[in-house]
Amino acid sequence: MSVTTRRTRLAVAALAAVTAISGLAACGKDDDKPAAGEKPAKLVVDTFGEMGYDELVKQYEKDTGIKVELRKTAQLGEYRPKLVRYLATGKGAADVTALEEGILNEFKPNARNWADLSPLVPDHSKEYLPWKWELGKAPDGRLIGLPTDVGSLAVCYRKDLFQAAGLPAERDQVSALWPDWKGFHDAGLKYKQGSGGKAFIDSITAVSNGVLFQGNGDLFYDKEDNVIADTSPAVKNAWDTATSMADISAKASTWSPEWSGGFKQGTFAATFCPSWMLGIVSDNSGPANKGKWDVASVPGGGGNWGGSWLAVPAQSKYPKEAAKLAEYLTNAKSQVEAFKLKGPLPTNLEALKNEAFLSYTNEYFSNAPTGKIFGESVAKIQPIHLGPKHQAVKENALEPALRAFENGQADKAKAWEQFTKDAKTQGAF
Amino acid sequence: MSLSATTARPSPAAPPSPDVSRRRRRGRLLNRLDVKYSPYLYIAPFFVLFGVFGLYPMLRTAWMSLHDWDMIGEHTFIGFDNYTRLVSDEYFWNALVNTFGIFALSTIPQLLLALFLANLLNRSLLRAKTFFRMAIFMPNVVSVAAVAIVFGMLFQREFGLFNWLLSFVGVDPVDWDGHRWSSWTAISSMVNWRWTGYNTLILLAGMQAIPKDLYEAAEIDGAGPWRQFWQITLPMLKPTFIFVVILSTIGGMQLFTEPLLFGNGNIIGGNQREFQTLAMYMYEMGIVNLNTAGYGAAVAWAIFMIIIVVSLFNFLLVRRSAK
Repeated sequence: MSVTTRRTRLAVAALAAVTAISGLAACGKDDDKPAAGEKPAKLVVDTFGEMGYDELVKQYEKDTGIKVELRKTAQLGEYRPKLVRYLATGKGAADVTALEEGILNEFKPNARNWADLSPLVPDHSKEYLPWKWELGKAPDGRLIGLPTDVGSLAVCYRKDLFQAAGLPAERDQVSALWPDWKGFHDAGLKYKQGSGGKAFIDSITAVSNGVLFQGNGDLFYDKEDNVIADTSPAVKNAWDTATSMADISAKASTWSPEWSGGFKQGTFAATFCPSWMLGIVSDNSGPANKGKWDVASVPGGGGNWGGSWLAVPAQSKYPKEAAKLAEYLTNAKSQVEAFKLKGPLPTNLEALKNEAFLSYTNEYFSNAPTGKIFGESVAKIQPIHLGPKHQAVKENALEPALRAFENGQADKAKAWEQFTKDAKTQGAF
Repeated sequence: MSLSATTARPSPAAPPSPDVSRRRRRGRLLNRLDVKYSPYLYIAPFFVLFGVFGLYPMLRTAWMSLHDWDMIGEHTFIGFDNYTRLVSDEYFWNALVNTFGIFALSTIPQLLLALFLANLLNRSLLRAKTFFRMAIFMPNVVSVAAVAIVFGMLFQREFGLFNWLLSFVGVDPVDWDGHRWSSWTAISSMVNWRWTGYNTLILLAGMQAIPKDLYEAAEIDGAGPWRQFWQITLPMLKPTFIFVVILSTIGGMQLFTEPLLFGNGNIIGGNQREFQTLAMYMYEMGIVNLNTAGYGAAVAWAIFMIIIVVSLFNFLLVRRSAK
């Protein structure tokens, strides 16, 4: 071996090592902040599910000359960890970020991660549902989210199964069956009798969800964000209502295979539908069941399950431009367009009165006037204070305990004990 | 190399010019540096990568575990408080019991079955050997997620295959994820299905390394196949067997995907945490709950310690068997 071959090798090895190190170092590099007032070439928007922004974004590009990149993530379960990574490392976040209700609440205690929008956009507080607008504010008063949609509640039910069991099938008559939750239970019992013992509702956790979100006072947290899950009357009410429905439940918890399979098999005849759930119901039921589903109103007035806001991360280089884009995407016209495209329910008062919105009917659900049904129930939504870890308490304390009771793993008292104990640990923040 | 021929060789007749001798000196220096340091450079890529992706995260996790660490907020140093909390954390112990329970249910039958299958495949009378060896390894090629999803469907309460089969012998439908015993059985069956073939092949390799003349001698002495298995195959196979046990242990302590998908992706693993494993508990505390990242790091270190203890135990076994 000559000296030079060895030398070349040395060089190659050194080069390899240097590339490895510099390659890693490059990941840590951050671009310099642009000069103030400079117009961005591109803004990035992060959304989950289907928010219906595809066309709106194109229009915005045409109007302003700013390119907009729409990054869509299908599942919220994938979206949240990404977002957490962006915030924890301080880089990678989009300029405009959609925040779902649960995520927003969880992020609120660390509001510094988000730009305060109130100095960046004019005051729109009078143009939206007041409670929805208020929820976009952090405890320290900064406005971190502009309202996009709500998930106002309705009941999806199987017309054909209702009819076969001797219940009325027409949507107004069905709504009249259950002015309150007691009426809902009675209808369930009647259905069970008429259908030869079949289950009426998918699960008791669906019921607890419905009751919780009707907002009869504070839920797991009080206004000062102390955990009050064990003493809150609203939670106890939801618990009692849910546990009373165990005899008409199919024990198919939401999102489980039993649940999604149950739509096709008709193992239950009714479920709770926030507006965004309609697409999931029709997907799970398949084309064969088209026209068999219909939409009625929810027992005990309106309620809200889900909904989102648009926020601007503090790490965005163009907070002002990003806020403008968020403002554009949430204005009345955009909200109606988004609804027509993918179905998220408007929160802008003007959009809610829009003719195109109110006259919308859903073909899959027997041409139910979903615009009118959901629009009306939006007005009945009561503002609720959810607290930072509402989602965790609901999903990892309340619902497991309810399911344990529903499946006979624990009696009512034991299950309640399990819930109150877990609520304390899950709710701590 | 052509380069060295043209530049490095001076003409033999003329005395070396100062330029050439300088070049030569430099060459010697480089040569010395090369001999001394380039070995380090050759192995550097591994250590750099290990340092970045192995050592650094480990130390960082240790550092995090000494803090009250909010993933997207404040970090406060609290010393060993997280570890104190861990000792009295009911759900941590619950996860530990689950992990060892599922580990026992999936490792013991699996290794016995693998031993049996390896012995079968080792028979000289068997036809289409390669086919069977391939076939038995196939499950290991399937992705964990696919296995977990398919098994999740088989173990469904309403429309699952197993409950349908059980209905023929008059057994009521079992709520597989509703009890400890049933969920453990379901999860270990996934692990068993996926790993039995893999272990069979390793054991088979071990069996084939046993000298044939031992068997011939035994046969001449009148030992039947059963006796040969107990007195020759098993003792000679011990080192391989312990290797397989160690691998299964490490895999078992880190069990995550199967129980997670079995419970429809719910991180608490069952309504009453019937099948939440240690890895899942770590994920719940460290990743899902943003404000308890420090505690999650402590759980991660606890898992690390447990694996060390179990491995040490295995190591002692190996040493004893080597004597």
